[in-house]
Amino acid sequence: MSKGRVDKETGVETTGHSWDGIEELNNPLPRWWLWTLYACIVWAIGYTIAYPAWPMVSGATSGLLGFSTRAQVAEQITEHEAKNAQLVTDLLNADLAAISPSDDLHRYAVARGGSVFAAQCSQCHGSGAAGAKGYPNLLDDDWLWGGDVDAIAYTINHGIRNETDPDARYSEMPAFGEFLSGEEIDAVVEYVVSLSSGDVDSTLAQEGRTVFADNCASCHGDEGLGDRELGAPNIADALWLYGGDRETLHETVYNARFGVMPAWGQRLSDEDVRAVALYVHGLGGGE
Amino acid sequence: MDYVKLIILGLVTLFAAIASSWAHDLSYQVHAVLIMLVAAGLFIWVLRRTDEPAGPAPDQGIYFDGVIRAGVIATAFWGIAGFLVGTFIAFQLAFPVLNFDWGQPFTNFGRLRPLHTSAVIFAFGGNALIATSFYVVQRTSGVRLWGGKTAWFVFWGYQLFIVLAATGYVLGSTQSKEYAEPEWYVDLWLTVIWLTYLVVFMGTIIKRREKHIYVANWFYLAFIITVAMLHVVNNLSIPVSIWGSKSVQVFSGVQDAMTQWWYGHNAVGFFLTAGFLGMMYYFVPKQAERPVYSYKLSIIHFWALIFLYIWAGPHHLHYTALPDWAATLGMVFSIVLWMPSWGGMINGLMTLQGAWDKLRTDPILRMFVLSLGFYGMSTFEGPMMSIRAVNSLSHYTDWTIGHVHSGALGWNGMITFACLYFLTPRLWGRKEMHSMSAINWHFWLATLGIVLYASSMWVTGIMEGLMWREVDDQGFLVNSFADTVSAKFPMYVVRGLGGLMFLAGAIIMCWNMWMTIRAGKAATATLPEARPAAPLATPAE
Repeated sequence: MSKGRVDKETGVETTGHSWDGIEELNNPLPRWWLWTLYACIVWAIGYTIAYPAWPMVSGATSGLLGFSTRAQVAEQITEHEAKNAQLVTDLLNADLAAISPSDDLHRYAVARGGSVFAAQCSQCHGSGAAGAKGYPNLLDDDWLWGGDVDAIAYTINHGIRNETDPDARYSEMPAFGEFLSGEEIDAVVEYVVSLSSGDVDSTLAQEGRTVFADNCASCHGDEGLGDRELGAPNIADALWLYGGDRETLHETVYNARFGVMPAWGQRLSDEDVRAVALYVHGLGGGE
Repeated sequence: MDYVKLIILGLVTLFAAIASSWAHDLSYQVHAVLIMLVAAGLFIWVLRRTDEPAGPAPDQGIYFDGVIRAGVIATAFWGIAGFLVGTFIAFQLAFPVLNFDWGQPFTNFGRLRPLHTSAVIFAFGGNALIATSFYVVQRTSGVRLWGGKTAWFVFWGYQLFIVLAATGYVLGSTQSKEYAEPEWYVDLWLTVIWLTYLVVFMGTIIKRREKHIYVANWFYLAFIITVAMLHVVNNLSIPVSIWGSKSVQVFSGVQDAMTQWWYGHNAVGFFLTAGFLGMMYYFVPKQAERPVYSYKLSIIHFWALIFLYIWAGPHHLHYTALPDWAATLGMVFSIVLWMPSWGGMINGLMTLQGAWDKLRTDPILRMFVLSLGFYGMSTFEGPMMSIRAVNSLSHYTDWTIGHVHSGALGWNGMITFACLYFLTPRLWGRKEMHSMSAINWHFWLATLGIVLYASSMWVTGIMEGLMWREVDDQGFLVNSFADTVSAKFPMYVVRGLGGLMFLAGAIIMCWNMWMTIRAGKAATATLPEARPAAPLATPAE
C-alpha cells in the first residue's frame, strides 16, 4: 500500500489510493460499532443454543428451552378450553330454549356459534347469514322447518335431504311438468303470483285456483301458507327462496326443487351444533 | 457479422409470428406480436446498413456515456410511471370504486400492484443501477466500457424486459411470486440480458488502469452476480406449453415458499441495498468532495453484509409451515446484519466530516444525507421486525408496507434523485441543474411525502395487528377482517396524499432535467492519461 497524505480537515492519514479523485481515510472501525456487532454475535450464539436452530443429519437442534410454535399454539388452545370447560358442560346440559340472553352461557354460545358459522356455514348462507338464491336467509322469520331454537338445532344436526343421515329432514316436491299441461302450469303460476301481488291476470289466476286446490294445497295449504312439518314453504308472502317472478316459478313448478344441507352433527361437536343454533336463533328471526 | 444478425432476427420474427397465431392466452399473444414487430424493425434497420461503408470508429479515448444518458432519461421516465401507478393503487385501496367496473379485469388492484412494484424496483431502480454502474466503473477504473456497443444491447434489452413484464401483469400472466411475477420466457430473456450486463461490467473491471478495485465496484459486482443467481434459482419452472405463458414451478409447498423468500429478501439485500451502496460510495464522496471515512470499515461491512444477508430470508415466513429452526436462523442472521448494514450509513455520513457546512447550501448533498438517514432507519427497523415476537404483530399488516416504503422512497428514491441531479449537468455539459430552488422544492415535497406515508402505515399497521389478535376473555376473536379494513380508511387517505407529494416532487425533477438537457448538449469526457502501475517494490538504495 503506497503511503497516503494527511487530510487537513481531520488530521487523519489517507490510504494513498485515489479513484477519479476519491480518496479513503485510514480511520479505524468505530469502537461502538464493533462492540455492538460483537454483542449481536454473542447474543446470536446464545439464542441458537436456547431455541431450535441448527440443522443436523436428521432433524435440527431443538434448543434448551424446548420452544416450538406448534406447542405454543396447542398450549393456548388448551388454556382457553380449560378456562371454558364449565361453560361447555353447561351448554351441553342446558335446555336451549331456556337459556336467557342475559346469561354468560348465552354470550359464550353466541360467540362460539359465530365463529363456527363464519367457518362452516357462511359459504352457503353468506357471512351476514342473508342467504342467496337457493340458500335460505336466516335473518328473517320465514322458516321452512321451524324457527324455535330446538328446531334449528335439529336441522343443523341432521341436515336436509342428505343421504348420510336417516333422520335428515326430508320432503320432495313432485316435478309437475310430468303431470300438468303447459296451460295448467301457467295458470297455477299466475294464481301463486296473485297470492302475494295484485298485478295479475285475474281470469287466468281464477283457473289456476282450481289447479292449486287439486295439486298443491295438500302440502302448501289451501291459503298457500305452507306446512313446516313437510318443509313446504309459505308461498303467500313476498319472501322467496328461488324467486317469485313468473319465469322462476314456472321452473320451480315444472322441475321442482331439491335443496340439500349436510348433517352437521356428523362433522361438528355437540357443543358447536348447540352454539351455532343459538347464534342463528339470535340473528333476528328466532321464534 | 451483419448476415448472422439478419438470419437471427429473421428467425425470431418468423417464430414470433407463428407463436402469435398459435398462442394459448392473450398475454402470450400480445407479447409474440410485440417481439415480432421489434425483431422485424431491427431486421430492416440492419438490412439497410448491411454492406454500407462503416462510419467513423468511435473515439476510444473518451468514456462511453451515450448509454448512460439514455439510462438517466429511462430512470426518470420509469420513476414517474411507477410512482403514478403506486399513487393510483393507494387511492384504490381507500376508494375501491377506482378499480373501475368497466375496466375489469385490467384495472384491478391485483393486476396493477405488481405493475407498481416492478416499475419502481426493476424499471426505476434497475435503470438507475445500470446507468450509474456504467458511469462509476468507467471513472473508477480509468477505462472505456468494455464490449463496445454491447452496453446498448443491455440497455435496450432491459427496456424490452420491462415492457414485457408490465404488459404481462395487466394482461394477466403472472407466476404469483412476489417481485418475480414475470413468466418463463420473460425470465429467460432477463437472464440473457443480465449475464451480458455482468460480462460488460466484469470486462471493464478486468481491463482497468487502477491497481485496486474501488469499493463501489465491489458492491455493484456483488449485486449483479447475486441477482443473477437469485433470479435463475427462483424462476426454475417448466412451461405448460411453448405456445403459452403459463408455467409450473419446480419447487412446491414450503420449499417453494422458502426459495421465494430467499429470493425476495435478497432482492432487497442485493438489488436495493448492495447495488445502491455502490452508488453511495461513488456519488457521496464526489458531491461532498471529501475522502471516504474509513477504508477498513468499507471492507469489513462489505464482507459481513454479503455473507449475512443471504441467510435472512426465512424471517418472512415466521409462524408458517416453515420449520422453527429455519425461522430462528433467519431471525438471528437478520439481527447480526444490523451493524454490517449500518457500516454503510456510517461510512457515508462520516464522509461529510469537514463538509457539514455544505448541507446549508447544497440541496443535492442534503438528499444524499437524508437517503442515508432513511437507510439507517429501515436497516434498524428490518432486524427489529424479524424478531419472532415483533413479527407476530407486524406480519401481514401495513407496517410491512410502511417499512418497505421508508426504505424504497427514502433510501432508494432519494439517492437516485440525487444521482440524477449529479449526472444530468455533467452528461449534458452544463455547470449545474437548470434550477437549484426546484431541487429544494423536490427535496421538501418528497421528504414530507415519505413522512406522511411511513407514519400513516405505522399507525394503521399496528392498529390492524392489534385488532386481528384481539380476543375476548373466552378466546373468541373480537374483530372481523372487514372491521379492520374500515378502521384503516383515514390512514389510507393520508398515505395516498403522501404518495401524491412524492410524485409531485418527481415531476418537478423531470421538468428540471428537461430544462437542463434542452439547453445543453451531449458532453464528451476524456479518459485520464494512462498512468504507470504503482511500483511493485522500492528500488534498493
